[in-house]
Amino acid sequence: SKTRDSFADKINDLLSRYRKVDEEFFEELEEVLIQADVGVQTVLDLVDDLKMEAKRQKIEDSEALKPLIIEKFVELLQPSAENQELNVQDGSLTVILFVGVNGVGKTTTIGKMAHMFKQQGKKVLLAAGDTFRAGAIEQLEIWGERAGVDVIKHHAGSDPAAVVYDAIQAARKREIDVLLCDTAGRLQNKVNLMQELNKIYRVIQREIPEAPHETLLVLDATTGQNALSQAKTFNEATGISGIVLTKLDGTAKGGIVIAIRNELGIPVKYVGLGEKLDDLQPFDVEQYVYALFSELFEEREQQPAE
Amino acid sequence: MAFEGLADRLQETLRKIRGKGKVTEADVKEMMREVRLALLEADVNFKVVRDFVNRVKERAVGQEVLKSLTPGQQVIKVVNEELTALMGGENAKLAVSQRPPTVIMMVGLQGAGKTTTTGKLAKYLQKQNRNPLLVAADIYRPAAIKQLEVLGERLNVPVFSLGDKESPVEIAKKAIEQAKEQHNDYVLIDTAGRLHIDETLMGELNQIKEAVNPEEILLVVDAMTGQDAVNVAQSFNDQLDITGVILTKLDGDTRGGAALSVKAVTGQPIKFVGMGEKLEALEPFHPDRMASRILGMGDVLTLIEKA
Ligand SMILES: Nc1nc2c(ncn2[C@@H]2O[C@H](COP(=O)(O)OP(=O)(O)OP(=O)(O)O)[C@@H](O)[C@H]2O)c(=O)[nH]1
Ligand SMILES: Nc1nc2c(ncn2[C@@H]2O[C@H](COP(=O)(O)OP(=O)(O)OP(=O)(O)O)[C@@H](O)[C@H]2O)c(=O)[nH]1
Ligand SMILES: [Mg+2]
Ligand SMILES: [Mg+2]
Repeated sequence: SKTRDSFADKINDLLSRYRKVDEEFFEELEEVLIQADVGVQTVLDLVDDLKMEAKRQKIEDSEALKPLIIEKFVELLQPSAENQELNVQDGSLTVILFVGVNGVGKTTTIGKMAHMFKQQGKKVLLAAGDTFRAGAIEQLEIWGERAGVDVIKHHAGSDPAAVVYDAIQAARKREIDVLLCDTAGRLQNKVNLMQELNKIYRVIQREIPEAPHETLLVLDATTGQNALSQAKTFNEATGISGIVLTKLDGTAKGGIVIAIRNELGIPVKYVGLGEKLDDLQPFDVEQYVYALFSELFEEREQQPAE
Repeated sequence: MAFEGLADRLQETLRKIRGKGKVTEADVKEMMREVRLALLEADVNFKVVRDFVNRVKERAVGQEVLKSLTPGQQVIKVVNEELTALMGGENAKLAVSQRPPTVIMMVGLQGAGKTTTTGKLAKYLQKQNRNPLLVAADIYRPAAIKQLEVLGERLNVPVFSLGDKESPVEIAKKAIEQAKEQHNDYVLIDTAGRLHIDETLMGELNQIKEAVNPEEILLVVDAMTGQDAVNVAQSFNDQLDITGVILTKLDGDTRGGAALSVKAVTGQPIKFVGMGEKLEALEPFHPDRMASRILGMGDVLTLIEKA
């Protein structure tokens, strides 16, 4: 495909700046990846793999290593076709549950996604399942207004599972296509809060056995190694079907998603690129992998060739 | 595995060395490799790690480790001492202005915990019989004003707001006037989260700073932040000259290496840590505890103390 070619071109370009595959080359590769928050162990394994492969194939020229690197990273992140798309039901209610630690962008992403579905001509409803944080319900209501969709809410402090239950009933009555459920941020080591989340999950399943059709873990790209622990624990509590990687408009790369993909097989489905309604995009692997190496690329450009 | 502590790693390295009966410089180098990995896994920035490891290596290759009978513990001790020193003394005090009110600005990335921490600081000041005023200067995030108002209500602390139509600079200025009239001795300004590379919004913070001349500009940093913590901290510090750092969400299971990175690039003290969502969950920063946490150990230190 076209994007694949241009991506490969860029990597080609990047690697042609190196002549020899030596220790220094691998060290720099390692640093680029570590700096992007790719899991430390994943980086070491990857670089070791590449080193061995280079040795085995007697590759001394970085040109020849190119296909290997491209293959490795894209393969690592490329979701299977059916995994990339959101599992949206045709002609019946789709329930999407949003989970994650505090302040990562759950509520904002719901606002953006409501807008996205609305633009696709779908009928959308929001459930104000964060009854805990100060101003959380009001925040979701403002996003509802912006996107032009209704919000089902209870009072602050009430049982979030009950809110979600009511929202499902309302969604059925109103023949809604997509119900987006907000939840309060919680750190994954808080056992009681993770149980509360599991209860919400079970209430949804009881109402609609094949729901939630998606449980999206929202991850802040600024987060380091802890994101792996987040993915593991939230996955145990609710079964994560995909990741939304937010705040990629900053300087952080969110490389930990590579380790998450590697260890848990959970794909990134969407990325957040700002605070406005349309700052949500489907995850583009090629674009992402190129951004990972962009620094190495720039650094090299400034250095005169040997 | 990923969350293995440094102690275990060094133990493993030492097992290999032990048979030889003597520790060599190469062995120390091997141990330093483990120290490097432990710090990287804790999210300490790789450049900060590089400098740090070089410094520790110098000390270790000097007499201390080579001649010791328990080189592994000795390495941990040196690492721990250097780390604690780097993170500075305990410093949980807020500045006080000679001419009240004392103005404090809260700044940081989106979702770091500024608004919550503003509430926590108000509670902390209240307990010291202070009389703070909270200022809702985030006019961008949906319901940010409401959020601060709810916190103010819970604490019974006044919240100054002019809605979201006035500029944050105006809001801050007028808040100071009101604080003077109503004898609030502290003014805590909650600002909107922003990216350190957002020139317009960083400029706005500078304008607020110029308008109200704050005693403290506190950078609020999420303890789970990864390698990017140095860019963020450096950038906020370069543009605003921050006076301190508050590290939030330390009640999680993150190792919190961002603490070291932020301290290393700004040189400013970490004044408090956030330990939960509740308003009382604010604690003074303890460099020694943070050091053990970053290294992923606790018991080893008591072991060394006993030895
Ligand atoms: N720059 C940027 N900011 C974002 C993005 N997504 C969310 N934010 C901001 O991050 C902050 C937190 O977002 P929320 O949506 O409230 O996060 P949350 O996960 O719902 O937070 P809690 O409910 O408190 O756990 C807000 O200031 C958002 O505007 C993004 O993609 N880019
Ligand atoms: N567990 C825990 N959660 C915290 C802590 N501090 C803040 N939070 C939570 O983190 C989330 C974001 O906090 P806010 O105070 O809204 O963050 P902010 O920096 O004001 O966010 P913006 O205004 O959107 O930039 C909320 O869910 C808070 O409850 C803490 O120390 N521990
Ligand atoms: Mg929320
Ligand atoms: Mg705020």
